[in-house]
Amino acid sequence: MPLAFAISLISASAIAYEILLMRLFSIIQWHHFAYMIISLALLGYGASSTLIALARDRLLPRFETAFACAAALFGVTSVSGFALAQSLPFNPLEMVWDPRQLLHLLLLYLVLAVPFLCAATCLGLAFSRFSQRITTLYCADLTGAGIGALGIVFLMFLLPPDACLKVISGTGLVAAALVFVERSDGRRIALALGATGLILPLLWPGTLTAPRLSPYKGLSQMLQTPGARVLLERSSPLGTLTVVESPRVPLRYAPGRSLLSGNPIPAQLGVFTDGGGMTAITRYDGSRETLAYLDSQTAALPFSLLARPKVLILGAGGGSDVLRALYHHARQIDAVELNPQMLELVERDFADHAGNLYDLPQVQTHEAEARGFAARSGESYDLIQLSLLDSFTASSAGLHALTESTLYTVEALRTYLSRLAPGGVLAVTRWLKLPPRDTLKLFVTAAQSQEALGIGDPGARMALIRGWNTATLLVKNGAFTVAELEKIRAFSRDRGFDLAYVPGMRAAEANRHNILARPYLFEGARALLGPGRQDFIATYKFHIAPASDDSPYFFHFFTWRALPEFLKLRRRGGVSLVEWSYVILLATLVQAIAASLLLILLPLKALKRQRKIPAPPGARRRTAIYFSAIGLAFLFMEISFMQRFAPFLSHPLYAIAVVLSAFLVFAGLGSAAAKITVERFGLRGPELPVSGIVVLALAYLFVLPPVFELLMPLPQAGRVAVAIAVIAPLAFCMGMPFPLGLRRISSLTPELVPWAWGINGCASVISAVLAAILAIEFGFTVVVCAAAALYVVAALSFPAGPQPSRL
Amino acid sequence: MFLRRPLIFILFLTLAGMLAGTGGAASAGDDYAAERRLLMEEIRFDVSLTAVLTGRKSFHENVLDAMNRVERHLFVPLLLRPYAYSNRPLPIGYGQTISQPYIVALMTDLLDPEAGQTALEIGTGSGYQAAVLAELGMRVFTMEIIEALATSARSRLENLGYSSVTARWGDGYDGWVEHAPFDAIVVTAAADHIPPPLVAQLKAGGRMIIPVGARFMTQQLVLVEKDAQGGVTTRQILPVSFVPFTRAH
Repeated sequence: MPLAFAISLISASAIAYEILLMRLFSIIQWHHFAYMIISLALLGYGASSTLIALARDRLLPRFETAFACAAALFGVTSVSGFALAQSLPFNPLEMVWDPRQLLHLLLLYLVLAVPFLCAATCLGLAFSRFSQRITTLYCADLTGAGIGALGIVFLMFLLPPDACLKVISGTGLVAAALVFVERSDGRRIALALGATGLILPLLWPGTLTAPRLSPYKGLSQMLQTPGARVLLERSSPLGTLTVVESPRVPLRYAPGRSLLSGNPIPAQLGVFTDGGGMTAITRYDGSRETLAYLDSQTAALPFSLLARPKVLILGAGGGSDVLRALYHHARQIDAVELNPQMLELVERDFADHAGNLYDLPQVQTHEAEARGFAARSGESYDLIQLSLLDSFTASSAGLHALTESTLYTVEALRTYLSRLAPGGVLAVTRWLKLPPRDTLKLFVTAAQSQEALGIGDPGARMALIRGWNTATLLVKNGAFTVAELEKIRAFSRDRGFDLAYVPGMRAAEANRHNILARPYLFEGARALLGPGRQDFIATYKFHIAPASDDSPYFFHFFTWRALPEFLKLRRRGGVSLVEWSYVILLATLVQAIAASLLLILLPLKALKRQRKIPAPPGARRRTAIYFSAIGLAFLFMEISFMQRFAPFLSHPLYAIAVVLSAFLVFAGLGSAAAKITVERFGLRGPELPVSGIVVLALAYLFVLPPVFELLMPLPQAGRVAVAIAVIAPLAFCMGMPFPLGLRRISSLTPELVPWAWGINGCASVISAVLAAILAIEFGFTVVVCAAAALYVVAALSFPAGPQPSRL
Repeated sequence: MFLRRPLIFILFLTLAGMLAGTGGAASAGDDYAAERRLLMEEIRFDVSLTAVLTGRKSFHENVLDAMNRVERHLFVPLLLRPYAYSNRPLPIGYGQTISQPYIVALMTDLLDPEAGQTALEIGTGSGYQAAVLAELGMRVFTMEIIEALATSARSRLENLGYSSVTARWGDGYDGWVEHAPFDAIVVTAAADHIPPPLVAQLKAGGRMIIPVGARFMTQQLVLVEKDAQGGVTTRQILPVSFVPFTRAH
C-alpha cells in the first residue's frame, strides 16, 4: 500500500511539475517555447525505460533503494534543474540569427529531462518489479496524475509558481520515504527522508527559483525606465499579474490612437500578464473630459452610431473599454473578465486610482469567460465589444494546447450576434498585422456566422475601419442605414482612419490615410463577400479560413504554399512573415519522433547484446505496435475531449482541470478493474474495453453537441457534473488496455516491460504534439476517429500468448 | 560500456554546436573595413530587390556610403564584435538591440536624408543610427530613456568625433521642443500608438520612420509623412517584397 501511495505521489508531482514548468516558462520566455521545451523534456519517460532495460539486473534486487534514490533525485533536480535552465542564456528571439541558440536549446532539453527521467524511473521500476500487481500500481499512477493536475491548479491559487516548485521538491523526498515505511529496517531511513522532504522546500534560496524574465519581455523593458517600480504582484493559474507604476516617465497606453489626437492621457498604471501583454488602469476622477482620449481609437467607432447604449464588454482588463463606454454615456455596462485577480485590482487594490469605476451604478462586473457569459446571458445588448482580447489559451495555464481559442470561432460569433438587440452592434478590435491575417479571418468568420443564422446579405451589416496598427470590425443586427454609413465615414475621416469596408464603398475611398502597398483589406473584404470567397481563401498566402469549434485555431495562419517564398526572403525580413508557432509545433514533432526512435531502439539493441530478446516471434513487433497505438490514442482522446468540453464548461481552467482529472482518475479505476475482468471473466485481450471506447467516442461525436446546447443554462457545478458523467465510462474503458498489455508481456517476456513502458511514454509525448497538428489541419472530429482507429489497431496487435488466448 | 556511446555523441554535438557558433569569430580578422564593404554589397543587393516594393525609385547611394564610414564594431558589445558586420541585429544589453544593417539602410533611405537637415531620434541605443545620420551631414538630436545607455552612447559618439550629434537622456514621447521642428524623426521602438507630439514636431514635408515588431524581428516600417499643407499620412512598408495574394485578372 505505501508503494501505491509513493507511486501516486511521484506521478502527481511529475504532472504538477510539468504544468508548473509551462507556467514558469510562459513567464520567463514565451509559451511556444515552453511547449517545445517541456514536451521534449517529457522524453525523460522514454529515457527511463532505456535506463531500466540496461540496469534491470542491478536495480530490481535493490528496488527500495533504487526507487528512493530516483524519487529523491526528482525532488532535488526539479528545483535545481529549473534554476540551471533559467541561467542558460537561451534567447528564442535570436534563434534565426544565432546558431548558438540551438545549442542552448539542446542543453535546456537535457537539463529539464533529468527530473522527468527520475520520476519515470520510479514508475518503471515499480512496474517491472511488481508486474503482477500492475493493475493496482497503474491505477495509483493514473489517479495520482489526476490528483496532481487538479492539485497544482489549486496550489497555484494559493502560492506563486516558484513557491509551488519548492513544494514539489519536497514531495519527491516524501515519496522516497514511503517505500521504506513497510521495511522493518527502513523506518529510520523513512523518517529521515520524510523529514528532509518537509524541510527542503524551506531551504531553497529564493534567488534560485524566482523567475528571471527575458530582458525582451514587456515588463523587463518597462522596468528599465527610470523610476518605474512594481507596486504589486498577484499570481494564479490564469497568469501572474504585475502592476507597475512609472512616475518619472508616464505610461501612455492608448492602442491605435489617432495621430491627430491632442487629448492628454491621464496617469496610468501598467498591468502585465506573465510579464507581457500590458493593459492599463487609468486614473479616473469622475470628470468625463479626462477620458476624451479614448474617443480617438478605432475601438470608439460603434459609439458614433449608438445613443446611450446598453453595453457588454467582453474582456474588461484594466477597464479602458468601460471608461470609453462611460465617456459615451452608456446607460448600462456589463463588464466580463475571466481573471478574478484582474477584477480585484480595479475593484479593490487600485479602486481609488480607478475612481471606483466598478462601483458606479451603471457598471456591473462579472467574473466569467467571455463566450460562456454571452451564451448563458438572457439579455440583449446594443453593443457587444471585444477589444484586443487574445484568448486565454490552455497553454498559458500550462497544458498541451498551443493556440486553441473558442472566442473567435464561427459558433462563438453566432452566439455574440444572437445577443444583439435589434439595431445592436458587435464590435471587435484587433491589432492589425501586415500582410493582413486575423482581420481578414475575422471578417470572413463574421460573414459566415451570419449566413449560418440565415442572413442573406451579410455585407450590408458589416463595416471595417483601420488605423495603422488596429482595425475595428462592426457587425450590426440589421442593415446599416445611409445616415449610419455617413457617421462611420465622418468618424474615420476626422481621426485619420481608413475605411476598409462599408456597404457600397468605392475603391477610391480605400487606402487614403494609412497607405498600404495595396488596399489589401478592402480587396480582401470584397473578395470574401463575393462569389470568389473560397478561391480567395484557397490562394491567400496565409490561412484565413474561419475557425470552428472543431478546429478552434483562430491564430493559425500558416500555409505550406507560402513557406518556400518566406524562406527565400528570410534574409531580407522574410522571417517576420513566417508564422512561427506552427513551425515550432512541427519542429517539436520532428524532434520528438527522432528522440523517441532513438529511445525505443537503443534499449532493444542493448537487450539483444545481453541475449535477452524473448523467444516468441513477433513479440517485439506486436509489443511496439500495441503500446505505441494506445499511447497515441489515449492522449488523442483526452486532448480532443478537453477541447470539446471547453465551450461547455466555458471556463478554460475548469475545462482543463475537470476533464484532465476525470480522465486520469476514471482511467485509473478502469485499470484497477482490468484485473477483475482478467481474473473473474478470464478475459485476456482488450477487445471489450476497446469496443466500449470506440462505441462511446463515436457516439459522443454526434450526441454531445446537442446535449451541450441543451444543458448550457445549467449552473457551473451542474455542467461540471455532466462533464464528469460523460467522461467516466469512456475513461474507465481507456484505463484498461495498458495494464492488460503489460500483464500479458510480463508473463511472456518480463524483460520487455520497461521497453513497453518507454514506448508508451514516447508515444504519449508524440501524441500531444501530433493531436494539435491534426486538429489544426483536420479538426478534432478526425482526431477522435483516429484515436478510435488506433485502439482497434491495438486490439488487433495485442501480444499473443504462448498458446492461443482462446481455446 | 554501452552508456558511453551516447555520451560521446552528445559531447560531439556540443562541440560541433560551439564551433558552428564561433565560426564567425574565427573569420573576423582585423580588417573590419573589408568586412564592412562586403556587408554594404550585400545590403545593396538585398535593397535592389526590395526597392520597388518600398515605393522608392532608387536607393540613395549616399546612405550606404555613410554606413560604410560608420564603424559598427565600435557600437556593439566587445564580445559581439566578431559579428558586427554580419547582416543581423545584435543585443546591446538592457533588453535593447542594434538593428539589422539592412533595416537601418532601409529606414535611413526612407527618410530622404539631406545634408544640413535636422533629425530627431527617439531611442539612441548604441548610437549607431545617429552616427549614420550624422555621416549624411544631418544635425542630429537623440534621446534615450535608459540612463546607462544614454550615457554610454553619448560618450561613444563624442569619442568618435560626431560633433553634430547631441545626445541626452529623456522620455521621447513629447519630442525635443527646443530644437523642433525636424526634417526627419526616427523612433527606434514602436509603442502602441505614434506619439502625436512627435507628429506635431515634424516639419511640413518632413518624414518620420518607425520600425514595428518584436526585438530581433522587424515586421514592418511605418513612414509618417507630413505634406506641405500639414496633412499627415502613414505608409506601411514591409521590409520584404511580398504580396499576400496574386491579383485577380
